[in-house]
Amino acid sequence: MTASLEPVVKPALDAAPGAGLTPRTALTAVLLAILALLPLYAGLTGDPFALTLFTRVIILALGAVSLNLIMGYGGMVSFGHAAYLGIGGYAVGILAKEGIGSGFAQWPAAIAASALYALVVGALSLRTRGVYFIMITLAFAQMIYYVAIGLERYGGDDGLTIYRRSQFGGLIDLNNKTLFYYLCFALLLASIYLVSRIVNSRFGLVVRGARSNERRMRAIGFPTFRYKLVCFVIAGALCGLAGALLANHTNFISPALMHWTRSGDLIVMVVLGGLGTPFGPLIGAVAFLLLQEGLSRLTEYPDLILGPVLLLVAIYVHGGIEGLLDGRRRG
Amino acid sequence: MLYFIEQCLNGVQLGMLLFLLAAGLTLVFGIMDLVNLAHGSLYMLGAYFAATFALVTGSFVLAVVLAVAASLFAGMVLEVVAIRRLYGRDHLDHVLGTFGLLLFFNDFVRLIWGPAGMTVPLPQPMLTAIEIMPGIFYPAYRLVIIAATLAVAALLYIVVMRTRLGMLIRAGAANRQMVGALGINIKLLYTLVFGVGAALAGLAGVLQAPILTVQIGMGENILILAFVVIIIGGIGSIRGAFVAAVGVGFIDTVGRAFLPDLLHRVLSTTAADTLAPSLSSMSIYMLMAAILVFRPEGLFPAASR
Repeated sequence: MTASLEPVVKPALDAAPGAGLTPRTALTAVLLAILALLPLYAGLTGDPFALTLFTRVIILALGAVSLNLIMGYGGMVSFGHAAYLGIGGYAVGILAKEGIGSGFAQWPAAIAASALYALVVGALSLRTRGVYFIMITLAFAQMIYYVAIGLERYGGDDGLTIYRRSQFGGLIDLNNKTLFYYLCFALLLASIYLVSRIVNSRFGLVVRGARSNERRMRAIGFPTFRYKLVCFVIAGALCGLAGALLANHTNFISPALMHWTRSGDLIVMVVLGGLGTPFGPLIGAVAFLLLQEGLSRLTEYPDLILGPVLLLVAIYVHGGIEGLLDGRRRG
Repeated sequence: MLYFIEQCLNGVQLGMLLFLLAAGLTLVFGIMDLVNLAHGSLYMLGAYFAATFALVTGSFVLAVVLAVAASLFAGMVLEVVAIRRLYGRDHLDHVLGTFGLLLFFNDFVRLIWGPAGMTVPLPQPMLTAIEIMPGIFYPAYRLVIIAATLAVAALLYIVVMRTRLGMLIRAGAANRQMVGALGINIKLLYTLVFGVGAALAGLAGVLQAPILTVQIGMGENILILAFVVIIIGGIGSIRGAFVAAVGVGFIDTVGRAFLPDLLHRVLSTTAADTLAPSLSSMSIYMLMAAILVFRPEGLFPAASR
């Protein structure tokens, strides 16, 4: 069956080493080199802020990579992806508050809780199509948002401070900023690798096939609902991990993490970078967050510029920054 | 009993507000197939217009009229400048573009009106409470909101179902290429429909301005409620939007008012206190999820879809 599917969906790992030096490979390589060397720069200049900012960028990029798996490859536009950031973050925060400081308990709990939530939401939402799917995922995220507000014991609306980062028993000290940065970076690279392996596997080809023509996939005998649901759960688990990292990064969690505009941010990162491309979410996250940061240093009203930029990208650029580098344009 | 009737009226009033927002949203959604996240910004703009005009003219009624006209104009300009270029695109492009607009409008309002909120004073007669039933008093202004929205809903229904313009709008929702092929200026029709949607959102903001503080981001959470309404009602259906708006407004308000008591009877005090606020906020989303599971296209799916 795999053989018959291969020609249908072109493997998308264009950016793999050896694919030739196109503008997009060059940009990806330069970006990865910069990210890899960033702690050195931060150490030399003694500018701790750059490291903090980029740790955040990398963690949100991980969330965007997970969203890209279902949205870019599976055509499932989830408008509630920030819920997983919140669930992962709250899993860490709640366990920390209850005296369970070990990362070996916190992180699996974050991933499992997110996966379980994704299973329930996916099982209900995947019955709907198009805009209805966008809205039902949004509605579920709003529900979780209000649940978090109602958690009086864990700070309610005000949020919860996490006094100790996850403990890994001497294996790795998350309080070391450089180590934590490299851990996040490694997890990001691993997840990009994982996603590209998934989408080019037989499983991934079925999901991508269902995106192109679900009826045909069902007609040739694939229970597409199950494939999409598993894909949805994997993405949820991955984003839950990002949530656990984010909670450790900021030492603080609050319902604001799950506000629907945060889900919008994640969608913007993926679409801005390039939907359905392996490194697009990372490029989008870097571009979006650095633009936001840069503009807010320049002016008091950054969104006055950022907003129209997003609008122009939506109108004129096909396939985000990656698409721009490939010379794809839509007039 | 008194409290119950009062809460029911509050629910109806919230439903009316949601209807004004949802009607514009569902028209734009149903006819232009556009996901407009900036719809809440138009609601916010309407409220700010009302605050400004109330300050300048000193008359509340004049402020309402001027603010709705300004919202109509703002919506039509927005359509011509930006929205028009997003038709026929993927929904993701709509999300990206209108999310950009939402960010833009928040900072735009902060630039023009400043970060502090504004209030709109009501004229004296609207501040009083009216005895609607023996022994039951209800604020006059809230009754005005209900009456005004019902009038707008009736007008909208007549325009859409009984006039040539309404026929074109319905035809556009059913098959926009065909309408264009028959020689109708579809561009102008779209601009008009978007403008009317903006004016309805603006009216919602205007009417709500004296009750709430007019502030930045006021449209963001209510926008999601409006989305819930049009999804429950069925995209493109004004009748569905009306039924769903009243239902959602009612369930949300009555849930918030009575769920805590109800929970206290079955659960321990602490458990009830923890559960009640989240559960009442969640109720409409659970309603929506339940309806979508059984009727994936909403209660009143438009016939063509």
